[in-house]
Amino acid sequence: MDLGDIRNWVFIVIAVVMLAGSIVVVTTRNVVHAALMLVATLGGAAAIFILLGAEFVAATVVLVYIGAVVVLFLFGVMITRAPLGGQGALDHSRKWPAALTAIATFAVLAGSTVAFFGDAEIGSGDPVLTSEIGSSIFNRFVIPFEVVSFVLLAALIGGIVLARRDPEA
Amino acid sequence: MVNGISLMLAESNVEGLARDFGDGGLLAEGAWLIVVVPFVATLAITLFGKRLPWKGAELAVGAVVFALVYGGALLLTSWFGDGIVHEGSVKIGEFGGFEVEWGWVVDGLSSMMFFVVGLVSTACFVYAVGYMKGEVRWTAFFASFTLFAGAMLMLVSAANLIQLLIGWELVGVSSYLLIGHYWEEKENSSAAIKAFIVNKIADVGLVIGIIIAAITVGTFSISEIIQRVVESDSELDDVAAIIALLLFVGAMGKSAQFPLHVWLPDAMAGPTPVSALMHAATMVTAGVYLVARMFPLFHEMAPGVLDLVLIIGTITLVIAGLLAIVQDDIKRVLAYSTLSQLGYMTAALGAGAYTAGLFHLFTHAFFKSLLFLGAGSVIHAVHSNNMSDMGGLRKYMPRTFWTFIIGSLALAGIAPLAGFFSKDEILASFNEANQPIVLLLGLVTAFITALYMARAVFLTFFGEYKGQGSPHESPAIMTVPMMVLAGFAVVAGLFNVPGQIGAFNEWVSTRFVETVGASEFLGEHATSFDVPVLLLGLLAGLAGIYLGYRLYYPDAATQKERDRLYVRGLWPVLENKYYIDDLYMEGVVNPIKGPIARFIDWTNSYIIDYVVNLVGMFTRVVGKVVYGVLDQRGIDLAINEVSAGAGFLGGKLRYIQTGKIQQYATWLFLGAVALVIGFWIKVT
Amino acid sequence: MTLSQFLVLSAGLFSIGVYGVLIRRNAVLILLSVEVMLAAVNINLVAFGQYLENTGRFAEGTAASGQVFALFVITVAAAEVGIGLAIVLLIFRNRSSVNVDELDALKW
Repeated sequence: MDLGDIRNWVFIVIAVVMLAGSIVVVTTRNVVHAALMLVATLGGAAAIFILLGAEFVAATVVLVYIGAVVVLFLFGVMITRAPLGGQGALDHSRKWPAALTAIATFAVLAGSTVAFFGDAEIGSGDPVLTSEIGSSIFNRFVIPFEVVSFVLLAALIGGIVLARRDPEA
Repeated sequence: MVNGISLMLAESNVEGLARDFGDGGLLAEGAWLIVVVPFVATLAITLFGKRLPWKGAELAVGAVVFALVYGGALLLTSWFGDGIVHEGSVKIGEFGGFEVEWGWVVDGLSSMMFFVVGLVSTACFVYAVGYMKGEVRWTAFFASFTLFAGAMLMLVSAANLIQLLIGWELVGVSSYLLIGHYWEEKENSSAAIKAFIVNKIADVGLVIGIIIAAITVGTFSISEIIQRVVESDSELDDVAAIIALLLFVGAMGKSAQFPLHVWLPDAMAGPTPVSALMHAATMVTAGVYLVARMFPLFHEMAPGVLDLVLIIGTITLVIAGLLAIVQDDIKRVLAYSTLSQLGYMTAALGAGAYTAGLFHLFTHAFFKSLLFLGAGSVIHAVHSNNMSDMGGLRKYMPRTFWTFIIGSLALAGIAPLAGFFSKDEILASFNEANQPIVLLLGLVTAFITALYMARAVFLTFFGEYKGQGSPHESPAIMTVPMMVLAGFAVVAGLFNVPGQIGAFNEWVSTRFVETVGASEFLGEHATSFDVPVLLLGLLAGLAGIYLGYRLYYPDAATQKERDRLYVRGLWPVLENKYYIDDLYMEGVVNPIKGPIARFIDWTNSYIIDYVVNLVGMFTRVVGKVVYGVLDQRGIDLAINEVSAGAGFLGGKLRYIQTGKIQQYATWLFLGAVALVIGFWIKVT
Repeated sequence: MTLSQFLVLSAGLFSIGVYGVLIRRNAVLILLSVEVMLAAVNINLVAFGQYLENTGRFAEGTAASGQVFALFVITVAAAEVGIGLAIVLLIFRNRSSVNVDELDALKW
C-alpha cells in the first residue's frame, strides 16, 4: 500500500470505522446500538463505493440499507421486544468455536486473495456513469433484472402471508 | 414524441388499384383518446367512484359514450371523406433490438371496431345501470366493465403485436373479473377460472406466434409485417405457416372455436350486460379481428392454415347450432348461438372472404347484444334463466317482446334485416370458394338458427306464464338501449348491399387497398347477389321459423304438453332433431360405448387375465425358491448386520445433531475453510 | 490503491459477520450480522468489477456489470430482510421468544 496516496489514508480511516462498527454490531449487548452501528458500517461501505467510483451503488446503499432496512430492523427489535441491554441473553455462552471459525475464515480469505493478487493496482477508479449502469441493466442484464423483480414480488407476498394474523386465531 | 405517419407503403401500383386516402387530420391524430379515456375512467372509478352520486356509473357511461362519438365521427369522416389511413405512435422503450411503441391505427377496420365497441358498450352500460340496480359491488362492477371495453379498444387500435397482446390479456383479465362477479357461488367462480384458463392455453400460442413473427421481421409493427408479406419476403415465408397457425390458436381461444369453445357457455355466469358485451362486441370478436388484421399473412403465405380456419369454423358453426336447440336456459341458447355465428365468421375468413366475415361481425354485434339485453330484461322480470319458467311474456313486456323479435329475425337471416345480408354474403362466399359441403352445412345451420330462435321466442313470449309472481316490463333505462340496438339490427345490413352500396367493403379494406390494391390480397368480395344461394338461405331461415312455429307455438300451458304434442309428431323425421341429447346418446355415445366396451371387456377377461394368471403362477414359484434360499439365509443376515452397525454409529453420531442451527453453521464454515485449504495445498 | 486492500477489508467484515451469526442467540441480531456479510460481498463485487475493467482484458462495461450485481445483491438482501423479519415475527408470536437455541425442532 502506497502511503503517499491520499486515497489510501481515506481508505484506512473508512476501514477502521467499518471494522470497529461491525465488531460492535456483533458484540454489543444493546440491540438498538447494534442497529445503529450497522448504519456506521454500511455508511463506510457507501464511502468505499464512492472511492471505487461506484456512486450509484453508494446512493443505493444509503437509500435502501440505511433508509429502509435498518428502520425495518428497528421495527423488528421493537415488535419482538428484544432485550435492550444488560440481560446477557443475547449471546451464547461458549464463544470460542465461533471465534475460531471466524478467524479461520478470515485467514483463508485474506491469505488467498493476498497470495493471488499481491500488489495488483485496482486502477484509476474512474466513476461509472449511472447511465452506463442503466443501459447495462436493461440490455445485458434485463432477464436477471426481471427475475429479481419477481423475487421481490414473491418476498412481498410471502411477507404479507407470513406476518398477517390468521383471522380465526 | 408523437408522429403521424401517413402510410404510403407501396409505391408500385398494382393493377391501378392502390389508392391514396386521407390521413384523417386532427381527428385521427387524436384517436389515442379513444383508448386512454376508458382507462382513465377505470382508474377514476376505482379511486373515488364510490363518492360520486351514481357511485361511478356515470364515469363508465361517459367513457364509452366518448368512444362511441369519436368512433362514429371517424367512421363518418371515412365514409363521406375519402377514407382514412393513419398510424400514430409513441415510443415507449427499446429492449435489445426491439422498439416498443404504443401506437394507434385509424383505418376502416379499426374505425368500424371503435364504432361497434362504442355503440354496443354504450347500450350495455346504460342498460347495466338499470339491470344492476341494488346489486353488490356496483362500483367494482363498473370499474371492471369499463376496463373491459377499454381493453378491447386498446386491442383494436393496436399498431403492433405487443400492444395487441396487452389489450388481449387485459380483455382476459377483466372478463375473469366480470364472469366471476357473483363469486359467492362456487359455480360462478369456477366458470371465471375456466374461461381464464382456456383463454390462457390459447394465449400461449399467440405469444409464441408473436415472438416468432417479431424475430423474423425484426419488429412488432403489424404494418411492417404486412409489408413483408406484400414483398413476398422469403425469410417470412419460411415460417409464415407456423406464425399463422399459432396466431389462429390464440384466436380460437378468444373467439371460442371448437375445441376451445367450452368456456363460452359457462361464461353466462356473469351479469347479463356482461354477456351481451362479451358476446357481441368485445372478447369473442377479438380472435376474428386478429385473423382479419393479419389476413394478408394467412391468405398469401399460409393457405393451408386458412383451410384449417375454414374447417374449424365449419365444425363450430354446426355443433354449436345443434346444441342451441336443446338448451332450457335462455342465455345458454344465445351463447351457443354466438358460438355458431362466430363459426360463420371464422369459416368466412377461412374461405378467403375477408369482407363477408367482418361484415357478419358487424351486424352480429348489434342483434346479438340486443338479444342478450332482451334475455336479461326477461330474466330481470321472471327471476329465472329457464325458459320452462317463462311463457306468455308478450302481454307483460311488449317492448322487450318486439325488440327481441327484431333481433331473432335478424339472427335468423330474414330479409331485409341485418343478418340477412351478412349471412347471405358468407354463404355466397362459400359458394364462390367452391366448397359445396361447407355451403350445405352453412345452409343447414341457417335453418337450425331460425329453429332455435323460433323456439326461444315461442317458449318465452307465447303461451301461458309458468313462473312465480307477476312479471313486469323493465324500466326505460333498460328498454331504450334495446330499441336503439333494434334500430341498428334493422338497418346495419344496408351498409353492404352487393352491387348497390359498398360502404362497408370500402371501410374495412382501406388499409390494404392503399398498400397493395385490395382484391388480390383480400380474397373475393361479392359484387352482386348470388341469387340461388340467397334464396336458399332465406328459405332455410323461413323453414326454420315455420318448423319452430309448428313445434312450439301451439298454445299449451306447460312445457310437458308441448313435448307430448311433439311426440305425437307431425314430421317424424324431425323428432330426432328435438331429442338431440338422445340422438347423441343413442346415435353416437352408445354405439361407441357398447362394442368398444364389450371388446375391452373380452380382452380383459380372456387375454389379459390369462397372461396375468400365468405370470402370477410363475412369480409364485420363483418367489418360494427365493424366499427359502436367498432371503432367509443370505440377505436377512446381511441386513441385520448392516442395520446393527448403522444403529451403533447413529447412536454415536446423533450427538452431533443437536438441532441447533448455529452449530450446523459452524460446521459448514469450518468445512468450507477446510475445503479451500485442501484445494490450495493441491494447487501449490 | 491495490485490489488486495479492498479484498482484505471485505474478508474482515465477512468474518466478523460470520462470528456474529454464530454467537448471537437473538434472531434479529443474526439477521443484522448477515447484513454485514452481504456488505462485504458487495465491496468484493464492486472492487473486482473496477479491477477487471482496468486490466483491459475484458470488454467495456465490466465495472458497470460488477455494480449491477451489487445492486442485485442489495435488492435480494432487502427481500431477505423482509421475509426474515416476517418469519421472526411469526416465531415470536408462536413461542414468545426469538432465541434460536430454543428452536431445536430439527434434532434427532
